[in-house]
Amino acid sequence: MTKRQKRMAAIAALLVGLSLAAALGFTAFRKNMMYFYTPSDLLAGTSKVGAKLRLGGLVERGSVKRGEGLSVDFILADCVHSLPVHYEGILPDLFREGQGIVATGSMQANGAFKADEVLAKHDENYMPPQVADALKVQDGKHACAPFKSVNKVEAAK
Amino acid sequence: MWTWFHRLASPPTFYRLADRFAPWFGIAATGLLAYGIVGGLFFAPADYQQSDAFRIIYIHVPAAALSLSIYMLMASAALVAVIWRIKLAECVLVSAAPIGASFTALALVTGMLWGKPMWGAYWVWDARLTSELILLFLYAGVIGLNQAIEDPRAAARACGLLALIGVINVPIVHYSVEWWNSLHQGSTILKMGKPSMNADMAQPLYACLLGVYFFMGYVLLRRTQNELLLRERGTAWVKERLESSNV
Amino acid sequence: MSSDFLNMSGYAVYVWGSYGFAAVVFAWNLIAPRLRRREILKELSTTE
Repeated sequence: MTKRQKRMAAIAALLVGLSLAAALGFTAFRKNMMYFYTPSDLLAGTSKVGAKLRLGGLVERGSVKRGEGLSVDFILADCVHSLPVHYEGILPDLFREGQGIVATGSMQANGAFKADEVLAKHDENYMPPQVADALKVQDGKHACAPFKSVNKVEAAK
Repeated sequence: MWTWFHRLASPPTFYRLADRFAPWFGIAATGLLAYGIVGGLFFAPADYQQSDAFRIIYIHVPAAALSLSIYMLMASAALVAVIWRIKLAECVLVSAAPIGASFTALALVTGMLWGKPMWGAYWVWDARLTSELILLFLYAGVIGLNQAIEDPRAAARACGLLALIGVINVPIVHYSVEWWNSLHQGSTILKMGKPSMNADMAQPLYACLLGVYFFMGYVLLRRTQNELLLRERGTAWVKERLESSNV
Repeated sequence: MSSDFLNMSGYAVYVWGSYGFAAVVFAWNLIAPRLRRREILKELSTTE
């Protein structure tokens, strides 16, 4: 082998090894790189009461109830399962019914999720208001797609 | 094919071609960016959810796309530089890094300025944001190595190796929003199928995207010329150019 | 220019901040190689 061919072989080996290591790493750490769990994950019993975690899903239409001061209750759903969420604090501008959100907090003994922080997760669709009105953007499979079950809990039946 | 390639890779030929093409790249970039920015700020309709805040997209998406494309270009140059030891490839490799770093920083900063009003946070450690930050560190690593090693050829070899190792991060940045749950949205434009954007909003974005690529081309040609002058100091063609003040 | 346009539905700081930083990045990319070229030419003309 010439020197050049040796360098080629070395680089090829480096890149193959690197890809392999990365692929292995991702399979092993897939859960850790997930930014949030879905209601399906939490209801499948994979989380402990009181443990700090993030929950992501869509705010169910017609479920938002504002209480005293900044307190708000709503239902968070991923098209299969849903969970009641309680939060006290400032909501992002994009918070509304049908909107994707990610809440940080913990499960309570009563089966509700208590959030300390709520962030909005908007989707990839951009359009002027008139077009949106005409389309009557609905929740559906498409809206649920960004909320993947971390533990691969069986999705839609 | 190979003779053509070798001629193009010869420093005086490349320098001359860069002089010829750079101004056209500059003109194309100016025109496209002016059209795209004016269209994006004045004529594109506001978004149904994000209203005028969505106009950050005309900076954020082109910067982010460029941050990945420049890395691929830098890594390709690194491959050629490490295996064939072609001087021009070394110059392209070290010239691409600062441009890539600046656009990665722009993507991160505009992303933060967009995240605060829309998500409710400047920064979160989701897969997309974290991998884009690693991209910035990789660029910084290449720049740092190049400055730390005195001998330019040894420096280029070290930079090339780092650039090649870091290539693994590029598909991670791009697919992070599909592979993992993230706060960051999925792809609007750079994906299979129809773009998820109204045509009146998308058109200026395409202009900005194309514009930043021409801008990158312009800056890369000028920076590569600088590196060639330095590395080829004392050769006949550089002396000739210096004497005729044609540099 | 209308103040409506400058106001950006209340997101002025974020929108104009983004475009402002973009202007800085573009300007740096244009100026830095030009200054470097000047430096290199000075260096080459004194050593040769």
